[in-house]
Order: sequence, then structure tokens, then C-alpha cells
Amino acid sequence: MSKRQLPEVNAGSMADIAFLLLIFFLVTTTLEADSGISRKLPPIMDDVPIADIKKKNLFVVEINKSNELLVEEEIIELSDLKELAIAFLDNGGGVNDAYCEYCQGAKDSFSSDNPEKAIISLRNDRETSYAVYIAVQNELVAAYSFLRNREAKRIYSISFEDMIRNYEDVSYTGNRLNLKNQIEMIKKMYPEKLSEALPIN
Amino acid sequence: MSKFRKKKKGELPAISTASLPDIVFMLLFFFMVATVMRQNTLMVNNQLPFADQVEKLDNKSLIMYIYAGKPSSRYQSSAGVQARIQLNDKFANVNEIKAFVLEERSQKREELIPFLTTALKVDGETNMGLVNDIKKELREINALKINYTTRSGKATQNKN
Repeated sequence: MSKRQLPEVNAGSMADIAFLLLIFFLVTTTLEADSGISRKLPPIMDDVPIADIKKKNLFVVEINKSNELLVEEEIIELSDLKELAIAFLDNGGGVNDAYCEYCQGAKDSFSSDNPEKAIISLRNDRETSYAVYIAVQNELVAAYSFLRNREAKRIYSISFEDMIRNYEDVSYTGNRLNLKNQIEMIKKMYPEKLSEALPIN
Repeated sequence: MSKFRKKKKGELPAISTASLPDIVFMLLFFFMVATVMRQNTLMVNNQLPFADQVEKLDNKSLIMYIYAGKPSSRYQSSAGVQARIQLNDKFANVNEIKAFVLEERSQKREELIPFLTTALKVDGETNMGLVNDIKKELREINALKINYTTRSGKATQNKN
């Protein structure tokens, strides 16, 4: 008796099954990563040191409950906020010790001494809408990154954003330690000093 | 001569589809590896505000998500119309955030805990009061790295 041959399994439908799975994963895939504004909350301290801040070094931004934007108690448009913040941070009105040699602002003696002393204080009401708050945060961050980019371009002829990107890039071939110092340097020139007061009810 | 005239004229040979499953499997494996399943079902409206000064959140395993906004229409009968917080798959109160953070921390290796970031996915129409409450809780539990998740766009696109 001759040996019976096993019939071959038909693999023609394999492609169909694979396609089915493929389409399932195609549909459920979300490739894009989330992005957003990163912030660091201040830690809670038991004894808060009372800082002696001159009024001229403080830039008060307030969003009231009807979502109006007030800078130094005057209503302004959101589109003007970035310019005002840059003018304040870059003013450099200080003399002697507080003199700021890289500032290109108006050197107004009624505005901030130097970027290290300049503090932006952001206040909001409980009824402020979150979208407006984010828009204001965004403009303030934009003001800082504008100034940092400008200085980075002036000193190292590369924008600050590119420096950060290079630093995070694993295949970057330059001197990382050097780059890190440069980033710290720029950050020190325009430190992000954004204070958020507790909302007045 | 007849030896060489065996083939019929003008008929194309069928293309072999034997390698089709291989190609499809290759694609399939790519998508299986690249897929990140949606972790939570959204129970709140989540129209994120716009911003352009954004940083990317890369390491998905080191992020905990806090959602907030008005409950979606199908949950409004049970959860009300006021803005609520959503943790994992259920509505939560502000005082449950601490427990949530502690639980997330317990799932991570100890050396990674300082890198944990809280992504706040908050609907644009929410009042800041709720957001401030969330931030206060996060400060108290010492989860200081936060990220306001946004959509990319100009800040002026945010309508009041």
C-alpha cells in the first residue's frame, strides 16, 4: 500500500487574516506624542522668606474673572503682551552693581533693573477660563524664549532652541559639556522668573 | 524546431502572491510595535487650548494623566454639568489626587520617580479654580513637574 500523502494546507487566506489584523492596528494606532507647556510648581515651604522686591522690578499680569487681561492695572490686548513683557525684561535700567550690559531695552529707571531681578507675577481669578490662562502663559514663555534666542544668536550664533535640540539629540557630535555650559549661561542671563500668586478668591 | 515553440504567445505568467503575506506581516509587526493603546476612555469634554511654545512629552511611561472638564453629554445625568476631574476611568474629587499620584508612583521604579510628569489635560472652558485646586494638591504631594497639554496653534486662537 502506497503511503498516503497529507493534503497541503491552503495558505491562501493567510494574507486575509494578516490584513485583518493590520487594519485593526492601523485604526487603533496613535503615533503623535502629546506636547504642551512644561512648568515646575514651587515646593511648599514652611517658612516663606519674605523677599524684598522693588515695585519697579515686578511686572503684574492679571486675568480677571471676565477674562480681561490687565498689565500693571491697565487693560491690554493679548497680542500686545509679548512686546510689553520683552520690554520689561530687557529694560536694564539698573546702575552700578545692577547694571546689565547685554540688555537692549529702553534703560528706563522706572522699569526693571536687570533680567535677573525682573519678576513676572501672574495672577488669576477662580473664574478665569483655562484657555485664556494658557494663552497668557504661552505669550510669557514666548517673551523669554525670544530674548534667550537673541542672546544665543549674538554670542554663539545659534538659536537657543537649536542648542536645546542639539543637547537632546543623541547623535550630536559636538562637545556636550561645553554646550551644557552655554545653555546654562543663556538661562542665567534671562532666568524664567514667573511667580504665580494664589488667586484672590 | 517545435521544441522552442512550446510557449503560447502573448500570455503573461501570473505574478506569484506567495510573498504577499510576508509583506503584510512586516507591516503588521511595525504597527503592533508602534501602537500605544488609548489608556483611558474620556468621560469629560476635552477641547485643549492652543499654544505654540510647547515641549514634546516623549517618555509615555513616565507620565500620569489628569483630565478635567465638563462631563460628556452621556454622563451629565449622573455626574452633573459642572467641570469634574477624571482619574483613570472614573470621575474623582480633588482630594483623590494624592492617592492617585501615590499609586502611580508605586508602579514605577524608585529611581524614576523624580522624572514623573503630570500631564494636565484640561478643557479650555474650565475655570481656573479647579486647575488651581489640582495644582495645590500636586504641590502638597510634591509632584512638581507638570505639563499643560495643548494643541498646537496660535495663542490668539483661544476664544474666551
